[in-house]
Amino acid sequence: MSLMNILLNATEGNNAANYFPIGVQLIFAIGFIATMMIATHLLGPKRKTADKLENFASGIPTHGNARQPIAIKYFLVAILFVLFDVEVIFFYPYAVNFRALGWDGFWKVLMFVGFFVVGFTYIIKKGALTWED
Amino acid sequence: MIRRDLNGMTLLAFDWIFLIEKLVLIAVIITASLVIAMYETYAERKVAAWMQDRRGPNRAGPFGLLQPLADGGKLFFKEEIIPNSANKWLFILGPSLAMLTAMMTCAVVPWGSSLHLFGRVIDLQVADINIGILYVFGVVSMGVYGIMIGGWASNNKFSLLAALRGASQVISYELAMGISLIALLMMTGSLSMKTIVEQQIANPHWWNIIYQPLGFLIFFTCAMAECNRAPFDLPEAESELNMGYHQEYSSMKLGFYLFAEYINMFISSAIMATLYFGGYDIPFVNEASLAPNTAAILGVLSLLTKIFIFIFVFMWIRWTLPRFRYDQLMDLGWKKLIPLALANMLITAVVILLKNH
Repeated sequence: MSLMNILLNATEGNNAANYFPIGVQLIFAIGFIATMMIATHLLGPKRKTADKLENFASGIPTHGNARQPIAIKYFLVAILFVLFDVEVIFFYPYAVNFRALGWDGFWKVLMFVGFFVVGFTYIIKKGALTWED
Repeated sequence: MIRRDLNGMTLLAFDWIFLIEKLVLIAVIITASLVIAMYETYAERKVAAWMQDRRGPNRAGPFGLLQPLADGGKLFFKEEIIPNSANKWLFILGPSLAMLTAMMTCAVVPWGSSLHLFGRVIDLQVADINIGILYVFGVVSMGVYGIMIGGWASNNKFSLLAALRGASQVISYELAMGISLIALLMMTGSLSMKTIVEQQIANPHWWNIIYQPLGFLIFFTCAMAECNRAPFDLPEAESELNMGYHQEYSSMKLGFYLFAEYINMFISSAIMATLYFGGYDIPFVNEASLAPNTAAILGVLSLLTKIFIFIFVFMWIRWTLPRFRYDQLMDLGWKKLIPLALANMLITAVVILLKNH
């Protein structure tokens, strides 16, 4: 039985089976949230009127549909985040093996940090991170 | 430990006990974090009142202690309204995701050493995986979807603006947070949270805060931004965006967003205590000299004390500092914290290498 094997492995060593309790917790959390959502749906009163179902918008008349183009600067932040976050992820394996790699590894990572800083300086000089007009 | 070569019946019994043990642990941890989140709302109002020379909630029960129950009950029995123009399923998915990510992060936090009960050793940690911190980062990154989906599904311009701001804030501070943590990982050489705590408990080694004060400050600032706590509460901004991304929400869906914020505050305090303040280490006490069960329970209490101190600091800052402007917030995140964290990382690397080689 595969479930049995997973359960058995979860108590030994470090392998994929260690994630089994996380799966249990995920099921637990989803169950909790679904129960709460259904319970609150059933418990609350339901007296819906056309006015009530309009967008609330703090009580002022709504300014049309919110499905419209969004300022480019938010997309820029998102793209830059993806770029730099990938570079940050590369530091993690280095940090874990840092002592074993010694000075040799340090010079190589310094070069990588150099590339990081060059890219970073470039986007700042280009004004990608300027928010005041 | 029972191994594969025993007969099937023993295996079956053993496995189910392991599963039940984990289920009980998960139930206890999640219930505890929900109750703590409830009383955080009470504490927040009391702390705010104390700082502003008021009394705070004092009508429901002694010292107003039943106030969170009354608030929670009220949210439960309110009418839930889904605006006609909203995307119905995304509208429900938003708060559910926010709550789900808040409930999932606690899986890798070591809450204590281990209890010896009924001849079994029970680890007070749901899962000791060797990429503990990366798991936390992964789950926390999912949290941004809760804000983004909720704000977008509302089909309201205030909510949408708040969601966009919130998303760009959270992802910007995640960068500095990741880099500040690398300096810590260079010292520990492990991503497992349990190993990090055990290293800090080991005798000649002090808590990581002694070696990484700057890294901790950056991490703390970013944690505050990730939790959308004041002065980084731009997604909520009552004065400009009227409650921001959860403006259209009512009933328990609003409750989930608020709860998720308080659970996140609790968990991030736990993670900071674990990474930088020795986790379940009891200061000035040699745990090995105590009975294992006593040591484990005292360790849990010690960790909880550290967490509550952090939560108090979170509240103290919220009621002291005004909110940042959007451009100030982004400037701080990108142009100050990221270079600072990089410098901290390189300095740490050089110092460790000079000491070792």
